[in-house]
Amino acid sequence: METTQQTESKIIELKPFADEMVVNMGPQHPSTHGVLRLELKLDGEVVREAIPHIGYLHRCFEKHSENLSYPQIIPFTDRMDYIAAMNQNWGFCLAVEKLLETDESRNFEVPERAEYLRVLICELNRIASHLLSFGTYGMDLGAFTPFLYAFRDRERLLLLFEKVCGARLTYNYVRIGGVSEIIPLEPGSITEQNYLDEVEAFLDYFEPKIDEYNELLTKNSIFTERTTEVAVMSADMALSYGATGPNLRGSGVDWDLRRDEPYSIYDRFDFDVPVAVDVPELGAVVGDCWCRYKIRMDEMKESVRIVRQILAEGLPDGPVMADLKAVRPPKGEIYFRSEAPRGELGFYIVSDGTPKPVRVKGRSPCFSALSVMQELSRGLMVADIIAIIGSIDIVMGEVDR
Amino acid sequence: MSDFRAMLAGFPNFNASESFFPNINLQDGLNWAEEFIQNVVLPRLPEAVASHFPVELGTVLVMFGCAGIFVAVVPLLPLVLVLAERKVAARFQNRTGPMRVGPWGVLQTLADGVKLLFKEDFIPPQGDKFLFLLAPYVIFACSFAVFAAIPFGQNILVSDFNIGIFYIMAISSVIVMGVIMAGWSSNSKWSLLGSLRSAAQIVSYEIPLGLSILTVVMLVESLSMSEIVASQSNGVFSWLIFRTPFTFIAFFIFFISGIAEVNRTPFDLPEAESEIVAGFHTEYSGMRFALFFIAEYANMFAVSAIAVTLFLGGWEGALPGYDIIGGLPGFVIKTLALVFLMMWLRWTLPRLRVDQLMNLCWKYFIPIAFFNILGTGIWGLIFPEDTLVSTGISCAIIYIGLIAAYKMAGRTFAERPAPQPS
Repeated sequence: METTQQTESKIIELKPFADEMVVNMGPQHPSTHGVLRLELKLDGEVVREAIPHIGYLHRCFEKHSENLSYPQIIPFTDRMDYIAAMNQNWGFCLAVEKLLETDESRNFEVPERAEYLRVLICELNRIASHLLSFGTYGMDLGAFTPFLYAFRDRERLLLLFEKVCGARLTYNYVRIGGVSEIIPLEPGSITEQNYLDEVEAFLDYFEPKIDEYNELLTKNSIFTERTTEVAVMSADMALSYGATGPNLRGSGVDWDLRRDEPYSIYDRFDFDVPVAVDVPELGAVVGDCWCRYKIRMDEMKESVRIVRQILAEGLPDGPVMADLKAVRPPKGEIYFRSEAPRGELGFYIVSDGTPKPVRVKGRSPCFSALSVMQELSRGLMVADIIAIIGSIDIVMGEVDR
Repeated sequence: MSDFRAMLAGFPNFNASESFFPNINLQDGLNWAEEFIQNVVLPRLPEAVASHFPVELGTVLVMFGCAGIFVAVVPLLPLVLVLAERKVAARFQNRTGPMRVGPWGVLQTLADGVKLLFKEDFIPPQGDKFLFLLAPYVIFACSFAVFAAIPFGQNILVSDFNIGIFYIMAISSVIVMGVIMAGWSSNSKWSLLGSLRSAAQIVSYEIPLGLSILTVVMLVESLSMSEIVASQSNGVFSWLIFRTPFTFIAFFIFFISGIAEVNRTPFDLPEAESEIVAGFHTEYSGMRFALFFIAEYANMFAVSAIAVTLFLGGWEGALPGYDIIGGLPGFVIKTLALVFLMMWLRWTLPRLRVDQLMNLCWKYFIPIAFFNILGTGIWGLIFPEDTLVSTGISCAIIYIGLIAAYKMAGRTFAERPAPQPS
């Protein structure tokens, strides 16, 4: 697809022979969200070029996977996008399950209860992930307080996760064929009802908070000054670079795997997919930093809606794990993609019928999003680079794997 | 004593009648120190010692002693302010702030100070060592020199210059020299970026700051801080902020420019930690870093104190004849209220970008400040004396203006439709 540049209003005329200052932003820098290194070529405060250098967090996930059995790989997926580890577990398990389903002889199916638990937990994890994104974005732009508000609310979510799987960051909760068996939620028991009540109490607390955060940061005029019309990523550009998730929808492309290629039980829920539109009151145009940010704020509301529907239905009875003697997918290969908080998370798995995969490839949404960086940042100011990094919401653990 | 005075008179600048600055009252300063020696010290000394007591030397020593007390006491302000800032920030953010060191964590800043004192004093080997060592002292000294001209109370004033506010402007502009020295000598690109941002910012914001001070000076017809305070002695409506509608605007320009001058959010670009690490003091550690830190908080207090002196009545009370929020406690309360406002802004707002910062200054503040000067001049022609009528008209205009601004702001903020997903 041909890349066309949309309105680049912030391009500043550069003198061709002015001195250039090369600055390494990162890998130790307060706002590169981990260990990203950006090689900035500066003309004063104006960025001529920002070249991302990655690999500081490379842990050979794909090579490791070739020597491990399928269930053993799941903890490694936790370490990819550690902000939304539930979704990473799920993405991998979905791919393996898809492969298992191709085996006609086994009649494999994920139990209903497990599917509900997965959607419940993963949507809560999406909220936690977007909360972190919101908080750190505020901090990148100099507002420290939203960051702590976000962490306050995320803390309640982490406690909820801890109750079902015992961990706060790397959950290893979603397993192939269901969810972890150590959950204390016996079907229909008091603990289950208590847990669901706690989730509901959190939602009741959290939903008004989103509006509060919108007042605090989203509509703040300094914030809109900093983010609107900055680094406009056109729909063509987003598609050609493979940007997905909130970044793609922030460019005005109406695409969400949960709705357009429903996996698991997403087709049973009623939710909207927020897509960026021009907001002339605030000066926002489709594809700018503000829109990418706003999509995340709106998605939190949609996640709340989905979780509320689960709470209204109640969890179905039954087992949480499919009857799997051993995870031994048939010979074959599979690519399966799911909608993680940061975009389209894909796993490509080649199996030769043994308990260990021959090849595992992770398709990282953050990696694709980061590749846009170089084109977006040309001609902007140093401060805008920070705004871009925050708005594309990268997690280096997933970029480097 | 006469020898000493004669010696002083030898310096042209100290000669009261012939100097360029005609009435610098160094003589007054000598008088009270000399009186202190004559009336307090000498009667308590044995006769034999008193007759040979070197009064001139004693006078100078007493002055040095006072300066020492001043230099020792004023740095305590930042200690309190740092703790206050941390507590205020904590309250904004649903936290408790420091709680471990001392009751309610009151000794936290002291503990931090001691920690910084014992840390390694790192000097970048490739940097300019001399400038690197000098820079914190330049900033520290200039920040505290400002306090010399601030009237804390009726007689609590280090030196009553007749050019007080001019002196403050001049001294506080030297701070930018220290910032540039720090940034340049660190031999770090982040420091350089930060210091150049700071230079551009401080030099730009000096202009609206100075212009808004000028409106006050036009009304009072004096640069002396004590005379500016004395002109506001008739209660809250004689405070210069309410004297004319233009000084009301000037107060806000002064205060916002002041925030920019002391590099605080939303104008903290020179030390924007998420962009350029820590700006000009990136490479500083230990006590030198502490000096920057203390200077920052001292500046914050100084700007608030100047705003109070110029616009909010200084140490004068709110009612004529009654000492309500007057005197030293009143002055400190008013100043701390403005400091709190600064902290409030810092923990609420994001940071501006460099070009937006410059736009705000050159496209909005400076034209408005010039308009203020014009308006104040016209106001002075219409109402040569500050009367009940002029104050009434002024307050009415301010009230109507505030209502109109609130209505306009209300319309733009409240009726913004929420962006609807398509």
